[in-house]
Amino acid sequence: MKPAQAAEIAELIPDGATLMIGGFIGAGTPQRLIDELVRRSRRELTVIANDTARPGVGIGKLVDARLVRRLVTSHIGTNPETQRQMIAGQLQVELVPQGTLVERIRSGGFGLGGVLTPTGVGTLAAQGKRTIEIDGRTFLLELPLKADFALINARRADYLGNLEYALTSRNFNPVMAMAATTVVAEVDDVVPVGVIPPDAVMTPHVLVHYLVCKERADG
Amino acid sequence: MDDKEIIARRVALELRDGQLVNLGIGLPTQVAHHLPRGVNVFFQSENGLIGMLPLPEEGFAWADLTDAGGRPVGAGPGACAIDSALSFGLIRGGHLDVTVLGGLQVDEEGHLANWLVPGVMVPGMGGAMDLVTGAKRVIVAMTHAAKGSSKIVRRCTLPLTSVRCVDLIVTELAVIEPTDAGLVLRETAPGVTVDQVVRATAARLQVPGSVGTMRG
Repeated sequence: MKPAQAAEIAELIPDGATLMIGGFIGAGTPQRLIDELVRRSRRELTVIANDTARPGVGIGKLVDARLVRRLVTSHIGTNPETQRQMIAGQLQVELVPQGTLVERIRSGGFGLGGVLTPTGVGTLAAQGKRTIEIDGRTFLLELPLKADFALINARRADYLGNLEYALTSRNFNPVMAMAATTVVAEVDDVVPVGVIPPDAVMTPHVLVHYLVCKERADG
Repeated sequence: MDDKEIIARRVALELRDGQLVNLGIGLPTQVAHHLPRGVNVFFQSENGLIGMLPLPEEGFAWADLTDAGGRPVGAGPGACAIDSALSFGLIRGGHLDVTVLGGLQVDEEGHLANWLVPGVMVPGMGGAMDLVTGAKRVIVAMTHAAKGSSKIVRRCTLPLTSVRCVDLIVTELAVIEPTDAGLVLRETAPGVTVDQVVRATAARLQVPGSVGTMRG
């Protein structure tokens, strides 16, 4: 694990990269990393995220700047700009039930070949998918998702990169930390090793490649 | 009392002490304000919280404690925070006692459509498909009609949320229970006749010998 500036991370991310971005309508989204992606105009991105928040907020800033080519998400109802770009054909959107989205990410990170879920059977969400019967019940086969980068947010990290999340800002973050080639955690605070007790560590440091800390107030 | 309050008050009577309950955004959220005395439930917010409560005071809003609509909320004693995988494991795995959702259409088979109006509105399903598929009991809380046309229809014309049938429909006019024999009219709102409900409903309703009056 290495400490890094948000700007350095944005340099590492090429145009066309696939990004998992944590957060739920902005809560638990790595805001500084998103601001740097917008500032450096990283284009043609594929974004895997629960939602696109609102215009001007969190992942919504990437949509506003038209940096996203493809979006895999469960809900865009809070962002009219995402809907507008989708209807205009400027943004490909794959809508996935929320519980299926998190399980597809989890299976990607946990070494599984996919998951079987009853959610979506007999609906538009089943289109083009295999169904499998187990004990007389029908399930959809949902395939794993992986990414080049996971951009996640945590309340605090220790010097090794062990992470602890805050309340509903946890959401997709710990699952995404398992499913990407490079994991970048943007945190509010960094504390000495041991301050986060072993039982309270939610994402173990071995998963985290880069830690983006708050810029120091005194420069 | 406005229509939404009539609906929320009646739905609240369906909840039992100690249940784990998920309330959808919008009208269903109001159910939390009308719990009968002595009934304490744990509200789940699918973004990762059990024990959600309304924000106690405006000044306490905190960016890391929000509901599934992104609004600041509070939390009660015994609350716990969970990640999205566990949150949906609770929902899909049959650990959630009741989900209360809004609806665009419910049909004679008890199928719900509530996530997409093709070409008009594309919010996405969010957690709705998992909730309707996995919760032990599904209650639809919605106004009886939209723009003058009944939302309780013979067959849904909008894309379904799930092929699982909902357990109860509560509107400002009536309580209706989907059964194997079709939609059964259980209760009418005070001052509303059975005939009025039948006329206001595009679906065929079974009317038993005794139809109760909605409380709340």
